[in-house]
Amino acid sequence: MYKIVKAVELAPKIKLFEVYAPQIAEKACPGQFIIVIIDEKGERVPLTIAGYDADKGTITFVFNEVGKTTKQLGLLKEGDFIANITGPLGNPSEIRSFGKVLCVAGGVMIAPMLLQVKALRETGNTVVTVLGARIKELLFFKEEMKALSHRLYVATDDGSEGYQGMDFLKDILAEERFDRCIAMGPVPMLKVVCDLTKPYKIPTIVTLMPIMVDGMGMCGVCRVNVGGQMKFGCVDGPEFDGHLVDFDGLIKRQRMFLPEERLSALLWELGGCGCGGK
Amino acid sequence: MAESKPKVKKKAVPIPKQPPEVRRHNFNEVALGYTEEQALEEANRCLQCPKPQCIQGCPVEIDIPAFIKLLREGKYEEGIRKIKEKNSLPAICGRVCPQEEQCQKFCVLGKVGDPVSIGRLERFLADWERARGFTVPEKAPPTGKLVAVIGAGPAGLTAAADLAKLGHEVVIFEALHLPGGVLVYGIPEFRLPKSIVQAEVDYIKKLGVELKLGYLIGRTFTIPELLKERGFDAVFIGTGAGLPQFLGVPGENLGGIYSANEFLIRVNLMKAYAFPEYDTPIRIGKHVVVIGGGNVAMDSARSALRLGAEQVCIVYRRSREEMPARKEEIENAEEEGIICKFLAAPTRFIGDEKGWVKQMECIQMELGPPDASGRRRPVPVKGSEFLMDTDTVIIAIGRTPNPIIQRTTEGLEVTKWGTIVADENGKTSLEGVYAGGDIVTGEATVISAMGAGKRAARAIHEYLMSKK
Repeated sequence: MYKIVKAVELAPKIKLFEVYAPQIAEKACPGQFIIVIIDEKGERVPLTIAGYDADKGTITFVFNEVGKTTKQLGLLKEGDFIANITGPLGNPSEIRSFGKVLCVAGGVMIAPMLLQVKALRETGNTVVTVLGARIKELLFFKEEMKALSHRLYVATDDGSEGYQGMDFLKDILAEERFDRCIAMGPVPMLKVVCDLTKPYKIPTIVTLMPIMVDGMGMCGVCRVNVGGQMKFGCVDGPEFDGHLVDFDGLIKRQRMFLPEERLSALLWELGGCGCGGK
Repeated sequence: MAESKPKVKKKAVPIPKQPPEVRRHNFNEVALGYTEEQALEEANRCLQCPKPQCIQGCPVEIDIPAFIKLLREGKYEEGIRKIKEKNSLPAICGRVCPQEEQCQKFCVLGKVGDPVSIGRLERFLADWERARGFTVPEKAPPTGKLVAVIGAGPAGLTAAADLAKLGHEVVIFEALHLPGGVLVYGIPEFRLPKSIVQAEVDYIKKLGVELKLGYLIGRTFTIPELLKERGFDAVFIGTGAGLPQFLGVPGENLGGIYSANEFLIRVNLMKAYAFPEYDTPIRIGKHVVVIGGGNVAMDSARSALRLGAEQVCIVYRRSREEMPARKEEIENAEEEGIICKFLAAPTRFIGDEKGWVKQMECIQMELGPPDASGRRRPVPVKGSEFLMDTDTVIIAIGRTPNPIIQRTTEGLEVTKWGTIVADENGKTSLEGVYAGGDIVTGEATVISAMGAGKRAARAIHEYLMSKK
């Protein structure tokens, strides 16, 4: 059992949990993820690690209450317990002195990006950060990110704050030379960013969180086509060369269980326990 | 005349089973087990040979005639003790061991009729014991030594039980959130009920073994850390062969195509058959195709049928004779209405506009001369491609060793197939590090993994006691 020591709402339906898991806190690195199982009937949900403190023995992660499990997770409070957390999983990010790095983060992945930006600064990089969200209410960590980045841009899908969409990056990329781009966020955003950086041959690293079950290489549901080769998101990733990823194939695979996911979330909202009154 | 010679009963007592038309709609156990009367009748068939042949076929060397003798004398308690001298997991072995290839293959009665149903008798005693509750066996006095067992599958559970009985303190690290390894993620409920695995795990916990779930060794801790920083005196690696293999043909990433591992993990470990009560979903179409001819293919096909598929077809590239699945399981599958298509192999998958599989293109095969495995090699027949309609494909063509420990343990010798190099007692290239089961042999049987766990436990004990 894993105790929640802190639960904070960062934005509507976006929550941060700090959980006591000393064996993970001691080992975690930027770029890695955990598998969360809420209770004995729960699914195995992969979530990117957004922070760790080996001294306190805690890790943090941020989630968006969109599906059944994340909605259920959202009801938990400080002092509550999560049945099982496995990790750290996946390969750590490559962090070294690259020069000038463009970091583009969207949605809940803003949280783990903070960890990347911190690590990139510590290794002497110049960091330009872009925060993206659907609407301005869903933005968070703006101040923290501003304090750590050399420059910060904000973009929303509806233009309610900052730029509308990611198109403004075109001008920036035309004027400035970046040595590396790191993108974390929804798959359509990753695709847009990769399309923008490709003409400038900027090495672009994307974090993929495909559907996973075990999260340690056993099931292969997270397989994704990278440069014509079959790769597993969990053990070969979660970071990949964004210019080689077949995003359209990935988007289709992510929708495989959409009807079941919707049903599960709906029943949860109606019945509370997900059993549909059985 | 030879009148005095007792008459040999040639036919084995059949095991009661759920009828095919019933069982194809449920996940309950297919074989129901002998009643006491049936067990006694079958036990009485045993000739109690002065030089028993059966024992040589048992990977864990159970004294088979001795336990059968105790059974037929009604001494069930002593009978199960006799088995447990060698085998901590008899309820599991009685169900999933390929006895026809092991003990029963050597049974003298097999020359004139059916061999004694040793597995069914083992199961009878194990089930009898479970029904009345386990007694904890005596343990040797504490040695003060601490052993890490990696993986709570058949090899790890066996090694842990034996080491605990010898007085060592044992911690099992299991990467998944439930113990049992392939017994819970791979073998379906209808062949091995999860409650039985749980009971055997509880027995091992009663021996004082500590179980840590959700610890992926190689990531959470590494083996050098366990030995140098965390106070362990020895390590046993029983991490198994859990990585899926794919065909490498176009269209394999389409929706509706599962590795057998994904399919079985969803259904068995995550209980997707009870979705949405359980969170993990599975989607089964009308026309399910399973690629492969082993036990995993049979388990996948029979699970798909129980999940409501209209038609389930197994596609295997060789012929029935070469099928590696247990004969009994092939028969069970066919009784339930599963169709086998032999001498065909997929060449590509065709999807619909939503990215879901709708057809599979296959090529006809013919059998050529034997290959390295000794089975006749399938050779494609030029221009024989044909299409099959399907909306769910399960790829069951074998599993490869889990690689994470090999990658994170410096100095650990590994073969080109990714298995760990170990001698017959499980000793690896690193001091204090032992390994056994599928991680050493590649994908094999539950009982051979248990045998390896047993031998390694003995070797670890000797190693620990010889150290000052």
